[in-house]
Amino acid sequence: MRAVAKRFPGVVALDQVNFDVARSEIVGLVGENGAGKSTLMKILAGIHRPDAGEILIGGAPVTIDGPGDAARLGVAVIHQELEMIDTLDVAGNIFLGREPRRVGPLRLLDRRRMEQLAIQLLARIGAAIEPRTIVGRLSTAQQQLVAIARALSFDARILILDEPTASLGSDDAARLFRVLAEVRTRGTAIVYVSHRLAEIEAIADRAVVLRDGRNAGTLARGEIRRDRLVHLMVGRALESEYASSLPASRAPATSPRTPRLQIDRVRTSRYPRVEVSLTVYRGEVLGIAGLIGAGRSELAEAVCGIGPRLSGNVLLDGMPAAIASPRDAIRQGLCLVPQDRRGRGVVRGMSVRENITLPNLSAFARLGLVNRRAESMAARAITTTLTVKMPSLEASIDTLSGGNQQKVVLGRWLALKPRAIVFDEPTQGVDVGARADIHRLIRRLADEGTAVVLISSDLQEIVAECDRVAVMHDGRVTGVLERPDCTPQAIMRLAVA
Amino acid sequence: MTRKDIAVALLLTVLCAVVALASPQFLSVANLQNVGRLVGTYGIFSIGVGLVIISGGIDLSVGSICALLGVLLSMMLVEWHWPPTVAVAAALAIGACLGAVHGVLITRLRLQPFIVTLCGLLLYRGAARYIARDATKGFGAGEGFEWVRTIAAGSLGGVPMPFVLLAIVGVGAWLLLHRSVFGRHLVAIGRNEEAARYAGVRTQAVVTWAYVISGTLTAVSAIIIAFYTNSISPASHGNFYELYAIAAAVVGGCSLRGGEGSIVGIVMGAALLQVIRNLVNLLDIPSSLDFAVMGGVILVGAIADRLVAQRSRRTEP
Repeated sequence: MRAVAKRFPGVVALDQVNFDVARSEIVGLVGENGAGKSTLMKILAGIHRPDAGEILIGGAPVTIDGPGDAARLGVAVIHQELEMIDTLDVAGNIFLGREPRRVGPLRLLDRRRMEQLAIQLLARIGAAIEPRTIVGRLSTAQQQLVAIARALSFDARILILDEPTASLGSDDAARLFRVLAEVRTRGTAIVYVSHRLAEIEAIADRAVVLRDGRNAGTLARGEIRRDRLVHLMVGRALESEYASSLPASRAPATSPRTPRLQIDRVRTSRYPRVEVSLTVYRGEVLGIAGLIGAGRSELAEAVCGIGPRLSGNVLLDGMPAAIASPRDAIRQGLCLVPQDRRGRGVVRGMSVRENITLPNLSAFARLGLVNRRAESMAARAITTTLTVKMPSLEASIDTLSGGNQQKVVLGRWLALKPRAIVFDEPTQGVDVGARADIHRLIRRLADEGTAVVLISSDLQEIVAECDRVAVMHDGRVTGVLERPDCTPQAIMRLAVA
Repeated sequence: MTRKDIAVALLLTVLCAVVALASPQFLSVANLQNVGRLVGTYGIFSIGVGLVIISGGIDLSVGSICALLGVLLSMMLVEWHWPPTVAVAAALAIGACLGAVHGVLITRLRLQPFIVTLCGLLLYRGAARYIARDATKGFGAGEGFEWVRTIAAGSLGGVPMPFVLLAIVGVGAWLLLHRSVFGRHLVAIGRNEEAARYAGVRTQAVVTWAYVISGTLTAVSAIIIAFYTNSISPASHGNFYELYAIAAAVVGGCSLRGGEGSIVGIVMGAALLQVIRNLVNLLDIPSSLDFAVMGGVILVGAIADRLVAQRSRRTEP
């Protein structure tokens, strides 16, 4: 892709960007959200048309007018939100729209051939998945492999993966890398878009960095290092992605530890036979680590009134709190920042202001009618505190990058000054700069006395940000580590117990 | 006014101009009063249904509730000799209760709004026919409840009462939808119910209230229509009213997926439909084409809106 440029109303998304990837090469594409990497890939995938520049595939200039053209030219994208038909089986999903048919007047589906071909494709990438399995029953990691098989069935010459490991555990991620290595040896060019710089370090042959819609630099295999990538992405060296990397900077536990949030023998519907008890103290950040499926989100939702709580109590500042709905929890000062930002966090189509003030609207209302000015002032105060990058307070929240959307979702709860707040994967899919801002915010909340629970699958984030770490496995708390003992290895050991 | 509101206003103005040019009778006082009366009547229940649509649901029972309440109103006043205030209050209460039942079934039992209100459509019509024993009801000369008839079918300084009532309801609904906490919550639920719930919005209560409002506004329209026609045939009274409401809402900018819409748009949508009907009348187009013309205009409007939206989408990130 040469000198590609793209403008949208009000913003130049790409300015003279060059990008290339060769056969049998994995190129990591990195940049902060809003840097232009998704726009660039969308152009390649035929979703947008560039305003200027040219695209060459196999040395020949091509025009990509739509996703159909892109597919025909051998470009395949594996999105972060896998678009699979959950009720159809693996073979059906792989060949959706191009099912092999039997000879004959009725042209019926040739199921046997479909399954045979599916088996071959899956074997090629080393995925042990039965073609007749219903996709809805597969794990996210397995669905991803099906998506890759589908891409290969199109004879994809260029495979683009967008944040592929966002919802994978480390085992699945390792398997994905093996598959990608396999795909690479067969001649496919792979573009790997990710915020996880450690992965780029591990598997990329080259790394291309975009910043503010322009090329910011390219690193060859030997040069790819996290700090260098961050430097190019952000234009300056960030002290650290994490607000504090020194254990000493956290107030030691000499100050009296008063319990703020107590989870007392809570059972969730997912693990009905397990009782969980945890205490979170004023001003501390308690991390909850564990593999995907350990039951952390279910616990958070049960405690905060969203999911079903079969039994057990929740105490705030020592007093039992009657929590039967999210509204109850919020009213008592307990807030949850949910995991699925797109589905459960952001109300798309509404403005930034409306999203921020949603839980708290009656504070700006008299006789039920909202005072717009007071509302706008409060919303602006929050967006300023959190340095949210947005066209305006009235802009639709869809126009913000993922990291900024997440800041808005967090900002919702700030005005309520909660007593305790639970963050479920707050930095998932968020770029480095916003991630540091969010960590700073978490630190500040804790310093002000709020009890903070941080659920995260990112071990380094947990180790850097938390005062204590509870580890869960199959719904149980397998251990609680104090700061000195918090190492990724110790956590992992408890997580797979 | 949003882009959609402006588009509907434009369409309405153009249509009125076309009708006026084709038939100067359109602008006669008598005709405008008539159209005003119909716009008022249909507009009131369209606002109710519009609110439900914005919440992400739908209400198909409007026409049947009109039939049921028309029958009951007639029997309450003429046969059982209830005092008119009681009868009117009872009609409004029944409308509200039916709405509440819909709301509870939809929010607590998680039944689909389409199914719940479709059953309502069938049940209430059946009830109306049974109670009236399929006899056409009316109000006769109207002794003892003239004031109700005046409010429902009279005029205020030349402006038909239903139109005045629509103005009042419209202002109230505008404040409710665009300026109140309830309205903001309603739109949020229509856009993303899950996210609204996580943000602490009492989704069940808000949605139920939307159906209660719809039922009550339908009752208001039912009273007006009953007196205006003075002849309620249980099998056919109120037929297709729900389609008028949905069409008015959709033309006025409400998305059937929820989360989008404005009161101004809904009212203009209702006005549009009545102007089209008027057009068919004045131009001596056979009334059998009544619905066809309406369907055609709405389709053209929807296509135009989609084309404009696509053109602007192509330049959005």
